[in-house]
Amino acid sequence: MPSNTDNSDSTRHYRRRRLVSSLFAGSCGLMTVLCVVVLGGLLVSIVAKGWSGLSWTLLTNLTSRFPEKAGIKHALFGSVWIAGLTALFSVPLGVGAAVYLEEYTGASRLRRVIQLNIANLAGVPSIVYGILGLGLFVRALQMGATILAASLTMTLVVLPIVILASQEALRSVPGSIRQASHALGATRWQTIWRQVLPASAPGIMTGVILAVSRALGEAAPLVAIGAAASMSWAPMSPTEQASGLPLLIYHWAAEPKEEFKDLAASGILVLLGTLLLLNAGAVFVRYRYGKRIKW
Amino acid sequence: MADVMNTNPTPTANDHPRAPTPKIDENRPVRSADEMARSASKVVATALDFYYGDKQALFDISLNVPEHCVTAFIGPSGCGKSTLLRCINRMNDMIEGTRLEGEVLLDGRSIHGPKVDVVELRKRVGMVFQKSNPFPKSIFENVVYGPRVAGERNKARLYEIAERCLEYAALWGEVKDRLNDSALALSGGQQQRLCIARALATDPQVLLMDEPASALDPASTARIEDLIDELKDRYTIVIVTHNMQQAARVSDQTAFFYQGRLVEVGATKELFTNPTEKQTEEYITGRFG
Repeated sequence: MPSNTDNSDSTRHYRRRRLVSSLFAGSCGLMTVLCVVVLGGLLVSIVAKGWSGLSWTLLTNLTSRFPEKAGIKHALFGSVWIAGLTALFSVPLGVGAAVYLEEYTGASRLRRVIQLNIANLAGVPSIVYGILGLGLFVRALQMGATILAASLTMTLVVLPIVILASQEALRSVPGSIRQASHALGATRWQTIWRQVLPASAPGIMTGVILAVSRALGEAAPLVAIGAAASMSWAPMSPTEQASGLPLLIYHWAAEPKEEFKDLAASGILVLLGTLLLLNAGAVFVRYRYGKRIKW
Repeated sequence: MADVMNTNPTPTANDHPRAPTPKIDENRPVRSADEMARSASKVVATALDFYYGDKQALFDISLNVPEHCVTAFIGPSGCGKSTLLRCINRMNDMIEGTRLEGEVLLDGRSIHGPKVDVVELRKRVGMVFQKSNPFPKSIFENVVYGPRVAGERNKARLYEIAERCLEYAALWGEVKDRLNDSALALSGGQQQRLCIARALATDPQVLLMDEPASALDPASTARIEDLIDELKDRYTIVIVTHNMQQAARVSDQTAFFYQGRLVEVGATKELFTNPTEKQTEEYITGRFG
């Protein structure tokens, strides 16, 4: 209980604490504003540069030496192929690994080593995976710079993300659900398949969508494996030459002609739009399927 | 707050704040010691030791659970009563680093042998947990989960199982019009009865209940207790409870555990009115625990 005798002292102390407190809140707010301003400025300048270039012909034309005829169709096709195949490869691998680590291995040393490595792999620069992809898929397995090789390389890039997100989702399923299932005579497989995976599906799907977004936005691995910025056709199968939006944007931005720089901005807008759509999908999945499950 | 406390006289040995010795309700269908002696032994533990890693949790437990009777395990927290309960359907297998010595028999056969199918065992020994844990699925899917994982696909038969088990669990009337609603929308007491129905759906012979009413309000608790009275004609029930009144109300036989040891076991009426061990007497009169 505050006493009345040392009034001035405690009041001064209180004022100082309050000042420090509001200073801290203020500087945190300032950091946030700085981030938003930088990102906002970037976005505004890109929209200003690229908005006028957004048109149907941009999406349906292939690259050209003439900026007014140049389009992104081949790169868009390549990106969609790569993102789709990456999801196809990384989901069974990533979810399988996560299920094994969470549901089958105990607190062993092996598991700790694997866990640490996965966490580290998530931080490895994507160019390193690109070089691995070049050596392994493109050259050793003789796939060439195909969409398949690009997708497998991207799978390496996003696999740690998928595993970690899936593990997190599996861990959020309460143990009481597993116990209830086992107590009713379910096997471990039945428990995982009928209870644990459905309950963690929203979390897993969110992780997968974020991973696909990453695969869509990466340019470095594409550069490393030798994907093409310009193509005279749009790829229709995984064994065709790889291309991708980030690569084309990178290529255009380096062109001396100013019109190509504007085209790069338009390409960025298409890429951003696609990413935004995917992220919105992740939020929707989380919301739609997550709200049914409350523990 | 302090004022309220001060109006109470200081508690003395004669005026203990805990409840007095639990009363036996003569209206309940309690089995006598003679009846229990005539029943077959459904579950028998002999010289059972149990370890969590290096820590021994159960010491030399020997106990007989008679068929079609309710056996209550009582004792203070950490006395091993839940651990023993979970030995009966081998749920402790799911905890790493546990070890068991001695024997648990179900219908005279060991449940720990290398040839024992633990999935089969758990179908015969159902379990209801302390906190109701329905699956995030419909009421119907919750009840028929056991039969479904056992391979039953016939929709009509599943429906029949669901109806019968919900009927047994005194829940059918409340949910029959909304079997496809989420089980998580039910009240706490209803969820726990759903969990009982779900446990009954595998057609078990033994029903283990780990403090099934500890998270429920008095009305729901009373319903569960009435249910136990009805179920014991069909099933052998073992219930762990913190609540001695509850043990006195629902059980035919009571086993008192303290620090991992079985102190005393006997007909509930005998144990509560005339305990042979001093520790038992002290616990049931509320002097410790």
